[in-house]
Amino acid sequence: MTIVENELEVREGVDRETVEAVQNMGSYKYGWNTDIEMEFAPKGVNEDIVRLISAKNNEPEWMTEWRLTAFRRWVTMTEPTWAMVHYPEIDYQDLYYYAKPKSLDEKPKSLDEVDPKLLATYEKLGIPLKEQMILAGVEGAEGLVADARKVAVDAVFDSVSLGTTFQAELAKAGVIFCSITEAIVKYPDLVKKYLGSVVPQSDNFFATLNSAVFSAGSFVYIPPNTRCPMELSTYFRINAENTGQFERTLIICDKGSYVSYLEGCTAPKRDTAQLHAAVVEIVILEDAEVKYSTVQNWFPGDEEGKGGIYNFVTKRADCREARAKVMWTQVETGSAITWKYPSCILRGDESQGEFYSIAIANNMQQADTGTKMVHLGRNTRSRIVSKGISAGKAQNTYRGLVSMHPRAKNSRNYTQCDSLLIGDQCGAHTVPYIEVKNNSSRVEHEATTSKVDDDQLFYCRARGMDEEEAVALVVNGFCREVLQALPMEFAMEAQSLVAISLEGSVG
Amino acid sequence: MAVALAKEDALAARLAALDLPQGGFTRAARAAAVARLQALGLPGKRDEYWRYTDPAALTAVAPPTAEASDAQGEVPVFDGLDRVKLVFVDGVFDPARSDDPTLAGAEISRLATADAADIHWAQGIYGALEAAGQNPVPRPLAALNTAAATDGVLIRVTARAARPVNLIYVHESATSDAILHHCIKIEAGADLTLLETGPAGARFNKVLEVDIAEGGRFHHVRTQGRDHARRAATHVFARVASGALFKSFTLTANGALTRNEVVIDIVGDDAVTHVAGAALGDGATGPFHHDDTVFVTHRGVRCESRQVFKKVLKHGAIGVFQGKILVKPGAQKTDGYQISQSLLLDDDSQFLAKPELEIYADDVKCSHGSTTGAIDEEALFYLRSRGVPVQEATALLVLSFLADAISEIEDEALQTEIFTVLEGWLARHKA
Repeated sequence: MTIVENELEVREGVDRETVEAVQNMGSYKYGWNTDIEMEFAPKGVNEDIVRLISAKNNEPEWMTEWRLTAFRRWVTMTEPTWAMVHYPEIDYQDLYYYAKPKSLDEKPKSLDEVDPKLLATYEKLGIPLKEQMILAGVEGAEGLVADARKVAVDAVFDSVSLGTTFQAELAKAGVIFCSITEAIVKYPDLVKKYLGSVVPQSDNFFATLNSAVFSAGSFVYIPPNTRCPMELSTYFRINAENTGQFERTLIICDKGSYVSYLEGCTAPKRDTAQLHAAVVEIVILEDAEVKYSTVQNWFPGDEEGKGGIYNFVTKRADCREARAKVMWTQVETGSAITWKYPSCILRGDESQGEFYSIAIANNMQQADTGTKMVHLGRNTRSRIVSKGISAGKAQNTYRGLVSMHPRAKNSRNYTQCDSLLIGDQCGAHTVPYIEVKNNSSRVEHEATTSKVDDDQLFYCRARGMDEEEAVALVVNGFCREVLQALPMEFAMEAQSLVAISLEGSVG
Repeated sequence: MAVALAKEDALAARLAALDLPQGGFTRAARAAAVARLQALGLPGKRDEYWRYTDPAALTAVAPPTAEASDAQGEVPVFDGLDRVKLVFVDGVFDPARSDDPTLAGAEISRLATADAADIHWAQGIYGALEAAGQNPVPRPLAALNTAAATDGVLIRVTARAARPVNLIYVHESATSDAILHHCIKIEAGADLTLLETGPAGARFNKVLEVDIAEGGRFHHVRTQGRDHARRAATHVFARVASGALFKSFTLTANGALTRNEVVIDIVGDDAVTHVAGAALGDGATGPFHHDDTVFVTHRGVRCESRQVFKKVLKHGAIGVFQGKILVKPGAQKTDGYQISQSLLLDDDSQFLAKPELEIYADDVKCSHGSTTGAIDEEALFYLRSRGVPVQEATALLVLSFLADAISEIEDEALQTEIFTVLEGWLARHKA
């Protein structure tokens, strides 16, 4: 930490992170790219490409067939148009579906053998790939975290995983944490049993495309009665131009176990939009609990809306047995287009789903995001807290479903979605679906839309803050409920992101 | 493609079964409505806007038969009020049963007669408000109405109308297919209360277009007939100018299928619009499916809109609420509020809701809420422990639950009328 930053701390009652973030406002921080020799599959997608991706990953025959089934389904499907997002037509034949750094032709035995250029990429992003390091989500965090918690990282670069840290230590606890491609080869029984069991190959246009062409993504298995000894995380980096990233993550939390999983993502600044269509499947068995936290910071495109990531993601958790619990927390600040609805299938009796979301859209960004809570079991509980912030010319939509099936007696849902508008050129929308089919359940939904309160701003300004600082502070207060649900390291990063994302939105 | 073709066939069959009038002053509007309908097609259950209500019975060539229910000596609603009664029997105006349509401050004519002429003050309203209301969500049944309606009333209000106008719909034939189209023009500063009562027919398609000029006031209270098997699709299209007031309340008790759409376009500043509804459904006496679909567009500044919808459902009754507040760019200082609540009296009933906000202005205050659940056990226990029998206690709690919607009616005498109807229903349908 530099002396200047220390001086900033003097002002009482203001979060240091907020001030730092406002201070450091240098638009998108992760917009640089790594100049490295890449190997691409030919542009476009067809059965040969699907077979090629499968072969590149050394997959067994059943996996290739699984992909082909998905691909054949996909060609019969049409892109959904119901979301409140508008973008030029995507030419699915004008993309690379597989890109891998050349240096990874020979799979490195350990991270030490990985091309230093790649390692430097992650270092620059603040992602520790050396086991002795702790996660430095925010610069200077080391000093604050004396009792540093360990975080295992799976680092994904375009279509391949570079490696996974702490594998040995995790293995001692019986935890499997590796890339999905590795799992398909090493743990075929687990993969066969669970892959596609939450998000089937035919689920939706983007998930089906993912099923056909996915590569990289993480695989997690927590054995029964195990508290995962450290937080697991995957860091996704899109680097190559005109390349889509299609990762697939599968998490299985066996009976009585617990895991907290973090996900981060960034991409370089490019003039052309890039496609990201991921699938995350989570299976939670009896008495198990999964926390899944995302800080999504893909390149949002420039102020005129040029470039940026089109983020079409299907995430779903299946609380398959009694008392299973899942908590989704997301901070969505990046991407030109966000189309994402992390969902909970509450199948087991007394299972619980929670969804906490902050979605920030600035400039020309468009976000259509929310959740689905499908209550199937008795005495199931769900809670939704969504905070949408729109600035510039951005459009931000909350879209959600709460469904109480006839069988889901005595269930509860509470939903709160608040929208904040900064400036008169943006839009904030709420599209909730509420379906209640029994009377012992209780469903409550509240939504508000407002602007940054003038009195609060005036109060901050009167205490010497400039307008952008004041807005950042008020917005952080607006988001507090969600920020508090994040693991500590993420909370700090998210708080500063909130401020960065709103840069230039005032005045 | 197959779906599109099936839709075309269904529309062709529906239009063939109707004897489309050529019209006088409505001629152009009717032709445009047919073209609109051909472009839109009839609604189907795969349409997003019909997600929770299957329109098949509303679009079928012939209506499903529905016997008129016997009122069993009940006192008709609003009987004690001094009003101008206009009676429609199975969709046709009945002058013999109606009052003399003269009213100080207003001019009343019948669509069937007025449409013989080529010129009429309603020319700028008939089909025009409906056409404007087709965007951004299509409402094909309303376009069908504009094309096919032969009867209805046209009321121009130039001052404060001396008495309320009561449209009384009588259902006699089990196969009647009533299509009515009313136009109301409230001139600047004028004031009208419109009452609507009764089930109208085995199937009823109604459009009410209301154009309220600056400072005009329009109060609307309707009770939809309690025939068990009747089906209805109604549309209210309102254009509200600066400083005007629009208030509409609907009580629905029974009916196999009801879809009430209210489309409000607030074009001026400082206007106030309230839409409220109370629905009571008991599936024991036949299917009950009630759908309130509301779309409020704010274009002016400092306008207020409220939507208050309450439903009490039992024995497999289904309640639907689709409400939307759209705040256009520049509609600053908008105060938009929307609440939809359901009381499910047993485990078979369902409540399906889609309360939407779409906002393009920053200095606004908009909120919506929606709750669903059973009757409050604690409140019930409280009443019972004080000696109130369970049925009475339930009735009391139901009435208090609905009271928020009913209190949206400004006139207290009308509120009392509605409470009387409700109490009668609760007595007949013991919990």
